[in-house]
Amino acid sequence: MIAGTRLAPTLVGATALALLASGCGGGGSGGSGGGSGMVRASWGDPQHPLEPANTNEVQGGKVLDMIFRGLKRYNPETGEAEDMMAESIETDDQQEFTVTLKEGWTFQDGTEVTADSYVDAWNYGAHLENAQIASYFFQFIEGYDEVHPEEEGAEATADTLSGLEVTGKHTFTVRLTEPFALWPETLGYAAYAPLPQAFFDDHEGWLAKPIGNGPYEIDSYQRSQSMRLVRNDDYDGPDKAKNDGVDLRVYTDNNTAYTDLQAGNLDVIDDVPASQLKNAESDLGDRYLNQPAGIIQTVVFPLYDDAWSGEDGVKLRQGISMAIDREQITERIFSGTRTPASDFTSPVLGEDGGFQEGLCGEVCEYDPERARQLIEDAGGLPGGRVTLSSNVDTGSHRQWLDAVCNSVNNALEQENACTVNPVPTFADFRNQITGREMSGMFRAGWQMDYPLIQNFLQPLYYTDASSNDGGYSSDEFDDLVDQANSADNEEDSVRLFKEAEQVLVDDMPSIPLWYQNGTAGFSERVSDVRLNPFSVPVFTEITVS
Amino acid sequence: MGRYVIRRLLQMIPVFVGATFLIFLMVYALGDPVTALFGERGPDPATAAALREQFNLDKPVWQQYLLYMGKIFTGDFGTAFNGEPVTDLMGRAFPISARLMLVALFFEILLGITLGVITGLRRGRLLDTSVLVLTLVVIAIPTFVLGTTLQFFLGVEFGWIDPAVGPEGRLDELIVPGLILSLVSLAYVTRLTRTSVAENVRADYVRTAVAKGLPRRRVTVRHLLRNSLIPVVTYLGADIGNLMAGAIVTERIFNIQGVGYQLFQGILRQNSPTVVGFVVVLVLIFLLANLLVDLLYAVLDPRIRYA
Repeated sequence: MIAGTRLAPTLVGATALALLASGCGGGGSGGSGGGSGMVRASWGDPQHPLEPANTNEVQGGKVLDMIFRGLKRYNPETGEAEDMMAESIETDDQQEFTVTLKEGWTFQDGTEVTADSYVDAWNYGAHLENAQIASYFFQFIEGYDEVHPEEEGAEATADTLSGLEVTGKHTFTVRLTEPFALWPETLGYAAYAPLPQAFFDDHEGWLAKPIGNGPYEIDSYQRSQSMRLVRNDDYDGPDKAKNDGVDLRVYTDNNTAYTDLQAGNLDVIDDVPASQLKNAESDLGDRYLNQPAGIIQTVVFPLYDDAWSGEDGVKLRQGISMAIDREQITERIFSGTRTPASDFTSPVLGEDGGFQEGLCGEVCEYDPERARQLIEDAGGLPGGRVTLSSNVDTGSHRQWLDAVCNSVNNALEQENACTVNPVPTFADFRNQITGREMSGMFRAGWQMDYPLIQNFLQPLYYTDASSNDGGYSSDEFDDLVDQANSADNEEDSVRLFKEAEQVLVDDMPSIPLWYQNGTAGFSERVSDVRLNPFSVPVFTEITVS
Repeated sequence: MGRYVIRRLLQMIPVFVGATFLIFLMVYALGDPVTALFGERGPDPATAAALREQFNLDKPVWQQYLLYMGKIFTGDFGTAFNGEPVTDLMGRAFPISARLMLVALFFEILLGITLGVITGLRRGRLLDTSVLVLTLVVIAIPTFVLGTTLQFFLGVEFGWIDPAVGPEGRLDELIVPGLILSLVSLAYVTRLTRTSVAENVRADYVRTAVAKGLPRRRVTVRHLLRNSLIPVVTYLGADIGNLMAGAIVTERIFNIQGVGYQLFQGILRQNSPTVVGFVVVLVLIFLLANLLVDLLYAVLDPRIRYA
């Protein structure tokens, strides 16, 4: 998922408080009126059409999480993957899995959820012709290369994944290309959701009003404006909605959403604007939430550039890391909504999941003298200076970029050792990164797809992995990751991943900066508001008074 | 008159083609938008290629432009990256921006010209000085500050209005945003009218009218004001386009998904169909508003004739 491009949050709409009824109320088509048990929440315009395998950002994910239930679901509190629609997922060799579904689940159009619903959906998501943004989720399944060849211009040579086989109305088997012990734990991600036949029969119609199998169903949807979701009374899963429904309203600026919350026109906002963080606690009191989310911010180095690679490169990177006063920056700029990072994962994984505070050790701690010494040992910064690049169009990045550079400059006692290189748009920034045009360090944010240590390491640091922006490559690391993936049980797997993480500490391909928290605010009308590890409100549990 | 209008309309064609081509080039020059769709993850080449093909991004720029223009004439303005047709976006954004523009224009004309005439007639008096200072203050304070302050007090503290405008943007919800949007122009209109009135009040035809014994009111409205309006009308005509396209700050504050917002999104996501489509319509609005202004000159000043 993208941490850097999260849209300005949005809001919800509608049922105006009776007191304010005259002429107030978000209005009409999208969300006014409605039962008193509706939760009004902020929303952002999803960047892609709302298809499970075509959604890689939080705002679209928020809706999918309400209308779909897949094989597994991440516990909103612990982040652990728990069986949802899966009766069992069994394997002997960590490579061939037999999935058995619970019976009796239906889509909101009344059709039954069967093994075909899953297999068809996955085949659709993986196929090149459908150009789904998140199709890489199916890359571990055998036959992915045939339906989705890697090279530009290549054509698919098969229609379906050869690794998927329906063996009964409620069972199917999955064969992976290589052992992957934690694979069942990834199945809570939205891309693995089942799809009803209606999706294939009338695709346009389905996109206009998606049909799922979750605790909410979509009542009405005005693109880029609002969505009304009502409780699905036929839903039989363990997490039935405790409210009548949710009115989502798109806000183009989260400051407006915050103001609307204060004015009583909105119940839940899930991203408190940066400019209001200082006031949020006094404005909202205990109706302000600030809790860890699976997001880590790092600074990555272009290891494909000679100036930053090799033995001296490691010292340089460690030196810069020790020149950054994380404590002070998180406190001053982020008002405690970030925590200084001391490993490469996230606290939401928990100790058992592989998070280890302090794993990074002294190289992630502020020590200006040692920083100066390390950089001097390495022969000084390449050309005497370093740039820090980032897009500056979203996410109020500029402030902390300046702060990081100031911190480096102060530590090195040089005025312009570090300078910020602002890139106007995210698109431009990503183009420079994927084109390997970077000459200095650059920002990288990572929001986990699923709460597994694997997701914080493999996509980012494995040789040629999809988000390995710095071009890091280490045989030792790759080897440990491979071993971890084919480990017999979860415990061993996590242990091996942690060993791999230790390799990162020694090589420092990127500097961990801080763990990002999710923030939210809610009105006096609602209670039991919580954020899950993906910093999305757990809507099913919200109660309206 | 009719020939003049036709000539002007024909002149719009090259302006239209040139403007769209320039905008198309500019968006194209921003670079490849496809990588950004994948977020922090490197795109896999095959999916990226499929997406490029879908949005015609794999062809040379001149061909993209021709394909795009060809479709425009059949009413197809392309699609945004979220799969929504640009015509749908326009169908939502233009009506609401037009309403906002009309509200703002109404304030400009009503308040701006009234204040301008009064201060123009009472130069140097207390009222004149206070209005001058006020306009200076309004011009000096950024819209953003005025807008959010007013929104907070009226919306949160007093609860008189909704801080955010609903999706359909009713007129009563647009009063405060319209006022905010009009403030800066309002100040200019006031000053422009004041100067013009102050100048013309000493003109011979005004003295003649007074000498004829016409009522004061008639002298002011029929003779003085009508002749003083030409610079103001020029300004208002140009302002129509600005109010529609440049309302992005106001739109953001009040959560209005108007033209400014959609343009901004289009540029951020580098979606040329969105940007060019909106600009095309804006160019047309600018051109028509200018034509209207030129025609109004003849109405205001009978000495001006178009053949």
